[in-house]
Amino acid sequence: MPILELKHVSKIYGAGTKALEDVSFAVEEGEFVSVIGPSGAGKSTLLRCINRLVDATQGAVFFDGEDVTGLDKKGLRRVRTKTGMIFQHYNLVERLSVMENVLHGRLGQKGTLAGMIGHYSEEEKVEAFAILEKLGLAEQAYKRCDELSGGQKQRVGIARAIMQRPRLILCDEPIASLDPSSSKVIMDQLKEINQTMKITCILNLHQVDVAMQYSERIIGITAGHVVYDGPASRLDQETIHQIYQSRSGALITDRAERAV
Amino acid sequence: MEKAQDQMEKQQGCAKGTPDFFRKRRRTDLLFAACVLGLFVFSSALTGFSLADGISSIPRALVWMGQNLIPDEQALTRLPKVLSRLYETAMLSVAVTVLAAVLAFLFSLAGSKTTGRGRLFPRLVRIVAAFFRNVPDVVWSILLMFSFGQNILTGFFALFFTTFGLLTRAFIETVDEVSASCVEALTSTGASFFPIVFQGVIPSAMSGLMTWILYMIETNIRSSTLIGILTGTGIGYLFDLYYKRLEYPTASLVVLSIVVLVLLIETISNRVRRAIL
Repeated sequence: MPILELKHVSKIYGAGTKALEDVSFAVEEGEFVSVIGPSGAGKSTLLRCINRLVDATQGAVFFDGEDVTGLDKKGLRRVRTKTGMIFQHYNLVERLSVMENVLHGRLGQKGTLAGMIGHYSEEEKVEAFAILEKLGLAEQAYKRCDELSGGQKQRVGIARAIMQRPRLILCDEPIASLDPSSSKVIMDQLKEINQTMKITCILNLHQVDVAMQYSERIIGITAGHVVYDGPASRLDQETIHQIYQSRSGALITDRAERAV
Repeated sequence: MEKAQDQMEKQQGCAKGTPDFFRKRRRTDLLFAACVLGLFVFSSALTGFSLADGISSIPRALVWMGQNLIPDEQALTRLPKVLSRLYETAMLSVAVTVLAAVLAFLFSLAGSKTTGRGRLFPRLVRIVAAFFRNVPDVVWSILLMFSFGQNILTGFFALFFTTFGLLTRAFIETVDEVSASCVEALTSTGASFFPIVFQGVIPSAMSGLMTWILYMIETNIRSSTLIGILTGTGIGYLFDLYYKRLEYPTASLVVLSIVVLVLLIETISNRVRRAIL
């Protein structure tokens, strides 16, 4: 059974803008899937429909065999604890320490009062520190997040997601604000999590070459429609141009290919 | 030769558009200045205000102030009384501001786009806040005088209402600006409303909220003077009393002590602000 399945998902925003139209695909447990497409194609909306930060207008989203779109508040929170999310702008609480931000990953699994006062057990703290150590952030553990670099902040974002002990991690443009070397660190770590912890990863990416290098499977989206869904190895230049609706030679990846 | 000529022509071609642009800009500036001047002349004529008379009376005013507003010995004997009233006023302002801030924060959570629910309720909160804010505190105290009489409660509520209205509005903006991203992140971990507020919104917005609270304490000390004149309480009452008894030196001592207090509060709040940031 696939861990995630989207069936005919459509999203129309208030003003009649169609962000997604009849999107269907399934993801097996342990997959590493990249979603590519031009800005405004609906990539972010797609990810947010999965954990219902955005409610789909039509269609159904099945997570672990359960229809997410029909869940009540409590059920939705339970599903969200099992799906981590990583953001382009990291979305940390910048004025708190790295450690506190990582522990935030457990907020969904706590009672209201314990969550309010930020009461965490000794085991949880040890676990958070171990995650930071693994991601190479042990020295930064008690620094405030606004003192960190972009790459370090994104690693805190990853640590927070892992702290949830999720089965699925949704990554919304995880490297779009990072320099090339930090981007590599982040992508390597995501891949590592995917392989050693068997956490399914779905990434929105702008960089086609990165998507092709890291993921086995790529989904291409144009104007709310899925126009490609298949292995990265079969994604040729023509399909890429179809996804980005561009002419040959208009993309940076064209030049990279010529150089090779 | 030809090349040089070509270049000359090109430069002239480029420059052709520029004089027009600057002439237009100058015309707009002149028009604006004329409008301001016209407005001044018009409103002066309407109210019978004469700039020349106004300026020429300044020296006389200064002489009067020099003769009457320097605190004398008699004024200084009243210093303890002034200070005790001043203390009372300052404490009232702090109490009002803190209480209004707590309530305003709760309301701002309901009125903010990131933490509020639905569309109707946030709008309702904004309207209520706008109502409390836009009735001046002096009007509030006159209205409240009917129900509470000349009482310290009247001043308390008058300040409370305007502070509440203003802080709600300011807090909504602070919360909106600062917390959208962390609210999204904490929501995606499955956290519920109150943990999100306490772990995400409050830490993110703290310095902004404190800045507003400290600013309102300063403002309230200033306004409470005026309200005190109306309600017969606090430092405002004392000022009114000496002023009407024609004891100008003492009245001026009251004013000076208020200025010193406000400066003191400002210094303290700057320190606090730096410590928080």
